[in-house]
Amino acid sequence: MLDIRDATRIFGRKAAVDHVSFRIDGPAFVGIIGRSGAGKSTLLRMMNGLTPATSGRILVEGRDVASLTGAAARQWQSQCAMIFQQFNLVPRMDVVSNVLHGILNRRGTLQTVLNLWPRADIVRALEILDRLGIAEQAPKRAEALSGGQQQRVAIARALMQDPRIILADEPIASLDPMNAQIVMDTLRRINVEDGRMVIANLHTLDTARRYCDRVIGMRDGRVVFDGLPSQLTTGVARDIYGADADFNESATSTAIPTDTSADVEYAARMLA
Amino acid sequence: MALADIQHDYLALTRRRRIYGGLLVVIFVAMMVSGFRVADARNAGGFWQGLHQVGDFPAALVSEAFEKSANLPGHMIRALPALVETLNIALVATLLGCIAGTALSLAATRGLARWPRLVPVARRVSDVCRAIPEIVIALVLIFILGGGPVPAVIAIAIHTAGAMGKLFSEVNENVDLKPVEGLASVGATWSQRIWLGVFPQVAPNYLSYGLLRLEVNIRASAILGFVGAGGIGYELRNAMTFGQGKFDQAAAIFLLLFATIVVVDQISGLVRNRLTHGAPA
Repeated sequence: MLDIRDATRIFGRKAAVDHVSFRIDGPAFVGIIGRSGAGKSTLLRMMNGLTPATSGRILVEGRDVASLTGAAARQWQSQCAMIFQQFNLVPRMDVVSNVLHGILNRRGTLQTVLNLWPRADIVRALEILDRLGIAEQAPKRAEALSGGQQQRVAIARALMQDPRIILADEPIASLDPMNAQIVMDTLRRINVEDGRMVIANLHTLDTARRYCDRVIGMRDGRVVFDGLPSQLTTGVARDIYGADADFNESATSTAIPTDTSADVEYAARMLA
Repeated sequence: MALADIQHDYLALTRRRRIYGGLLVVIFVAMMVSGFRVADARNAGGFWQGLHQVGDFPAALVSEAFEKSANLPGHMIRALPALVETLNIALVATLLGCIAGTALSLAATRGLARWPRLVPVARRVSDVCRAIPEIVIALVLIFILGGGPVPAVIAIAIHTAGAMGKLFSEVNENVDLKPVEGLASVGATWSQRIWLGVFPQVAPNYLSYGLLRLEVNIRASAILGFVGAGGIGYELRNAMTFGQGKFDQAAAIFLLLFATIVVVDQISGLVRNRLTHGAPA
């Protein structure tokens, strides 16, 4: 379904994404991990078309979406939803309007300026919000909502697009652990119930292990790991993050461990 | 609340919004139409009768200038000293006005002002500076001080101070107060906080407003020449009177003014880019 071949993006003289190739068949939940600047965001933005590829092909059912321009590119974007770390909603508009923005690709400018939406679409937007458990927030301004609620509005906007692929760029990086879990559960539910492909950039390994069918590790713009979450050992993680033996993922993990003696010991060492 | 209720409420809200929006559009159109009719009725000549003559002056100017196009370079060179005077008036007035406007704006910004109780006073002062037309100030000053560039500089600077006081204080209001708080936490004085915490943030905006104001002031100082404040406006008034056959001179002056605005715009774009993105490596 999605076949990326030698996708490359060069900023100045540095390759942010360097000859990345992989295939995803069917509606999988794929996590991309790697440290900041590894090219994860750029890769997602290239798939959506927000950042044009310098070279290479991104084939979706045989069609190269990286070569599209103008109306065809916007048409593709409407089928490939994007979820951002900072939600990227229009803060002063109400929640339903933000969700309705998902169908902007088939609405004219004048209709948009006059804020006229078909009744059927408004009803559908409210149903999506209800499905995500935030229908009660419908008439509020987006900026009045908490981070977790705003991210669910962003997911509702994505669902309004009725996309085949949902790209999530660090969807939980600005959320507290509880809201992070709600958002990840929602994404996973969409993936399983609707059969939509989800590709998410993640920055915690335990999230990747818990939710993903497949994990791709990137370092300096290249794919350095591609496998099952269960293959993601500490040694592999050190490779992906370019860390030495000091690296210990549980140091900043938000998962609640059964054994906290390591944390206590670390604190004692730092305080000595 | 059940989904059905939420849907019902939201659709009702949408209907209400549409009705209000539609009413506003109707009222707006009605007011525009009636206002135009009143204005047209009070017009001495009449809008529709005069409309076909609107192009006459530009057409005469262009055709005459085209006939005598050989004279244009000479006229331009002759007008240059006057243009330099006009530019100098605009530059000095912009500089003085922006300095005064910065002081006014700092005194008029809530949350930053040194004396919060004087905020309304500072605002009214800048309102007054903006309210009096610069041509009135210039005429009064020309009457007292005699003709020349000084009255023009003072008149434009006063108006600029008022305008910048308002624009700059709006910029100040959007400033991120975290650096200011950080500086306050180490015991910095008010002026130190402003200099280090506020100015670096507002400088690019100040500069672009200041440069836009320079363009406005070049035009203003050209207009003040009409009432005897010197500069290129005086030459222009003499040249653009109908029936003297001096339209080639007028065209030369228009071209010079146009070129000046373009040059100022280009330079200000370069300066602004350099300030916001840093010098090219």
